[in-house]
Amino acid sequence: MSDLVLGLMLYGVSLLTMAGIYSVLAIGLNIQWGYTGLFNAGIAGFFAVGAYVSAILTSSPSTSFIGGLDWPFPAGLLAAMVVAGAIGYLVGRLCIRLRADYLAIATIGVAEILRLILKNEIWATNGPRGISNIPRPFEDLSQPWSQLAFLAVVAFVVLIAYLLAERAGKSPWGRVMRSIRDNEAAAAAIGKDVVGFRLQGFVIGAALMGLGGALTAHFFKFIGPEATEPLLTTFLVWVMLIIGGSGNNRGAMLGALVVWTLWSATELLTSQLPPDWAVRATFLRIFLIGLGLQIVLQRYSKGLLPERPPNSRTDDMVPSVDPAQEKAPPAE
Amino acid sequence: MIEFINFYLIPGLVLGCMYALGAIGVSMLFGILRFAHFAHGDVITLGAYFALLFVTTLGFPVLLALPVAMVLTAIVSIGLDRAFYKPFRNSPTIYLVIASFGVALMVRSLVQLAWGVKVESYAAGTFSKPIIFFDTLRIADKHMWIAGLTIVVVVALHYFLSRSKLGKAMRAMADEPDLAQVSGIPTEKVVRATWVIGGGLAATAGVFLGMDSQLHTNMGWDLLLPIFAAAILGGIGSPYGAIAGGLVIGMAEELSSYPWIGDAPLLSPGYKTGVAFALMVALLIWRPSGLFRGRTFT
Repeated sequence: MSDLVLGLMLYGVSLLTMAGIYSVLAIGLNIQWGYTGLFNAGIAGFFAVGAYVSAILTSSPSTSFIGGLDWPFPAGLLAAMVVAGAIGYLVGRLCIRLRADYLAIATIGVAEILRLILKNEIWATNGPRGISNIPRPFEDLSQPWSQLAFLAVVAFVVLIAYLLAERAGKSPWGRVMRSIRDNEAAAAAIGKDVVGFRLQGFVIGAALMGLGGALTAHFFKFIGPEATEPLLTTFLVWVMLIIGGSGNNRGAMLGALVVWTLWSATELLTSQLPPDWAVRATFLRIFLIGLGLQIVLQRYSKGLLPERPPNSRTDDMVPSVDPAQEKAPPAE
Repeated sequence: MIEFINFYLIPGLVLGCMYALGAIGVSMLFGILRFAHFAHGDVITLGAYFALLFVTTLGFPVLLALPVAMVLTAIVSIGLDRAFYKPFRNSPTIYLVIASFGVALMVRSLVQLAWGVKVESYAAGTFSKPIIFFDTLRIADKHMWIAGLTIVVVVALHYFLSRSKLGKAMRAMADEPDLAQVSGIPTEKVVRATWVIGGGLAATAGVFLGMDSQLHTNMGWDLLLPIFAAAILGGIGSPYGAIAGGLVIGMAEELSSYPWIGDAPLLSPGYKTGVAFALMVALLIWRPSGLFRGRTFT
């Protein structure tokens, strides 16, 4: 295989792997925001917790951070989900009653506190230098196969997450979630435990964000506090979900693929520019992503794949009120 | 004791002034438009860099560049409102919150595009020599300017809100938006005035922060959470509460690393900013109406 073909192939595989990891994050956010209507602006925090937990448990012993227990990869992923979910439970217990933008402020605050801890507790996390040499499954295979095998692992995880989220969304549980999102008072009036259901949605979403973080740590074989910058996690995942279509898991995955492809392809283009311009072009990319979000928000607020309420049989009889449409800004 | 005042109390008060200036804007915007303006931090950054533009190209002294930066930032704020927030006036506030996230990113990336990411400063050495009182009390003259101008701005704002017709309309709209509208208050004019005040004060906070330390493109974003904390502490929607909230949060951050017990700092300085975040989360949970029992928005 010629070098060029191999290079292109590796680029494509890495792009798909990242899109897959972002799909997990976007599905997690979809459960929190799309299903339940919880504005979590602290995705980076749960992402970081998952990444560090899996890194610490699966790495070999080291003097620069705690752990190094040589756990197998799946156990690391599972532990990442459990710990991120547990922190989600604690945060949720305290904050879940807050109204939307207060919840956003509180979750950002929690995420920033988590980031400060990761940066400052050098004995546990190796501080700003981060943890390197995190094992990646199948890394001993030869060039394209190792990357392809990891892509398959990620694809498998995405598939499981998608099927479970989809199943949950169509189940009675999912319908309760949507009813709480669209009319909290009515859901409470028919006897649903609103706080309990919202908490469940928050914890499941947080666990998936931890899973995404763990996969990222294994993919790059490195995790440092910079990787948990709000820009690359919290913000990008929000853009993906909004553009893809909040409330729709396939939309979340499509959004992840489209936005990540744009993000990474434009990076490939701008890296060809002279260094000074390349740095500046990065900011132009961020600006365009922000502008894209505004355009989608104002013109196509339902996203590429709009939410389809489950149980379409009743929709034929009763004129359906699409919640996304109802919330959409009036066309001017 | 004198060390406490020089190295903890005065820096805390100065930081508190900047938080207060940002928090007034956030609080008033919340009162009028009912949403948390997540782009406020980056508007602060923009204000600081506007002043830098006049300092570096035209050789303005910082204090002369300040009013120019205030005007420019106010104009940009109105423009941002027109383009990105106005379309959502009648939508659920969450659209405004998401849009303001996007605006935050756009403003910051434009600042980075225009000025790069190097750390900048207003002409170094302009403000350096501390003024010494009673042999030991040292106050840097830049700190005197920051505190003094903050007082001037706050007093002017107080007169505007309590005496002028527009200011009264603004308070009426924050208290009872529906009543204000039916009684013929021009809501869009009030909204514009709020953006002018919010943007102008944000620029002031940014310029002060740049005077106190340096300019970098994340300076405003780093300020955003303490500012939210201050606005919530003071009771969101209340500009006077925001001033008190700003001072309390600024002091809490600086005083948290004072060796209150024993010789070691009470809290490692690395966690200084965490104090504001923790205070803010705690307030949101247990006292969302703020310390002074203001209103809560549901």
